[in-house]
Amino acid sequence: MTATTTAPSAATPVRAQGRPNARLRTWATRAPLLPALVFMITVTQLPFVATLVISFFDWNSLYPDARSFAGLANYGEVLTDPDLRRSVWTTVLLTVAVVLASLVLGLLLALLLDRRFRGRGLVRTLLIAPFLVVPVAAALLWKHVLYNPEYGLFNGLLHYVGGPQPDWISKTPLLAVEASLVWQWTPFMMLILLAGLQSRDHQQIEAARVDGASDWQIFRHLTLPHLRRYLELGALLGSIYIVQNFDAVFTLTSGGLGTANLPYTVYQTFYQAHENGLASAAGVLVVIGSIIIATFALRVVSSLFREEAGRS
Amino acid sequence: MNVLRRKVPALLAWFAGIAFFLPIAWMALTSFHSESDAATNPPSFAAALTLDGYREFFGVDGGASPWPALINSTVASLASTLLVLLLAFPAAYALSIRPVRKWTDVLFFFLSTKMLPVVAGLLPIYLFAKDAGLLDNIWLLVVLHTSMNLPIAVWMMRSFLAEVPVAVIEAAQLDGARLPTVLARVVAPIAAPGIAATALICFIFSWNELLFARVLTGVVAETAPVFLTGFITSQGLFLAKVCAASLVISLPVLAAGFAAQDKLVQGLSLGAVK
Repeated sequence: MTATTTAPSAATPVRAQGRPNARLRTWATRAPLLPALVFMITVTQLPFVATLVISFFDWNSLYPDARSFAGLANYGEVLTDPDLRRSVWTTVLLTVAVVLASLVLGLLLALLLDRRFRGRGLVRTLLIAPFLVVPVAAALLWKHVLYNPEYGLFNGLLHYVGGPQPDWISKTPLLAVEASLVWQWTPFMMLILLAGLQSRDHQQIEAARVDGASDWQIFRHLTLPHLRRYLELGALLGSIYIVQNFDAVFTLTSGGLGTANLPYTVYQTFYQAHENGLASAAGVLVVIGSIIIATFALRVVSSLFREEAGRS
Repeated sequence: MNVLRRKVPALLAWFAGIAFFLPIAWMALTSFHSESDAATNPPSFAAALTLDGYREFFGVDGGASPWPALINSTVASLASTLLVLLLAFPAAYALSIRPVRKWTDVLFFFLSTKMLPVVAGLLPIYLFAKDAGLLDNIWLLVVLHTSMNLPIAVWMMRSFLAEVPVAVIEAAQLDGARLPTVLARVVAPIAAPGIAATALICFIFSWNELLFARVLTGVVAETAPVFLTGFITSQGLFLAKVCAASLVISLPVLAAGFAAQDKLVQGLSLGAVK
């Protein structure tokens, strides 16, 4: 859209007297962009370069004088440390489970909401609400109000049917964290997929129906291929946020019981163990993992972006 | 059969909506119960209602007051949102209406910073703040929240500004209006709904943010989510108070989210989905 609407405006209205030279004009075009660009480079790229440098040092902030160059030793330690390796695996499990579960649930809800029915707007509002609870508050709600083995709502409801009274967080810690995140992220997926459903070609679907296609055939051969982009976009945006999740792990289990993911471990390594070099090496590894996801994510976004640009 | 086909999905949708909302409704109900009624098994649905949980939370009868944290969060969210808008609006102009060369590369640079995990830069920022005496300073948080939201805002605004007709802008420029005037008087009013949605989403992300706030603020500059982490370990009877606290602190986000509801998808998908 932008590519075409903006191209003609490249011809700058030039005032009669004192025609500015080309270079000055280029800078005038760039000027509005520069503050944001300089700000972003300073605040996000410089710290990362510093992290990269620190990752090559043996540096515990409790012993600042013992700082020395360590080469790749921190990386070796990070990659062989069982806790850190476990946290890599936990991060993968947590991200994949939450993204997949909330995508499937979000798809089902989007399909339900795509039909017209009485109170659709209200149901949509009810479904969005979990996404709009402050993440720490949501984690506290699950920890104390729902999961608590003595007075939590889950065991309270189980009590009515004579069910067991499990201690949810100690028994299935990772699942407990995942369930609370699925509750928060399903609305996000639903919104994206609903937008996808509503952008379908309805004439094509009508034509298929006239030709005698069943609901399932329409879903399988028309709706699902159309939704592919939106599913990818939801999965990748969701992954970016959930890979970085700190709030739920910190609040629900404080990283205990095998739920410590990489962000939590990095936080703990420097905030509690004061191992600056190790934390930085782990941070760099998180970045490498993110770059792999991000490469796919950027490809999906740019393909949607080109499609949008090509449409008008 | 036809009636069934219409009714069953509607019923399922209602059931799902209620199931997803139930934890929030239960939290709201519990916040109005007395502490002894809040923590019971089986749950007491019909217990007497009281404002004790809220009195406790606001520290009416002693205890830590949440007001400094709420004020800090308000300052951090509003100031960073304002800064984001001031930086993102001209940038979005230079990336959509009058694009610089290689504008797609710049756009994707902004997006890629969003994919750089926060933890990767946290330590140097912490060390810098410690050296510069900026630990526990709300303005450091404002700068960091701005950097967190700026890519989102640039992307969102780009997609909103792209909808502004170029002819209008050119007409204003032919009349001799300078760029700041054109942005403020011509572009901003047309793109106002999009700018408002961008602001609301940035406000939400800043209000919610925990990791930076937890590491970089402590006492003076503590934000509302950091205040909430005080409830992680349970001590004594406190369930109604936790519910009241969670609800009060989530209210601004719920309000902003519902206000931006129509543009929420476009914002969260960075303008990729309309």
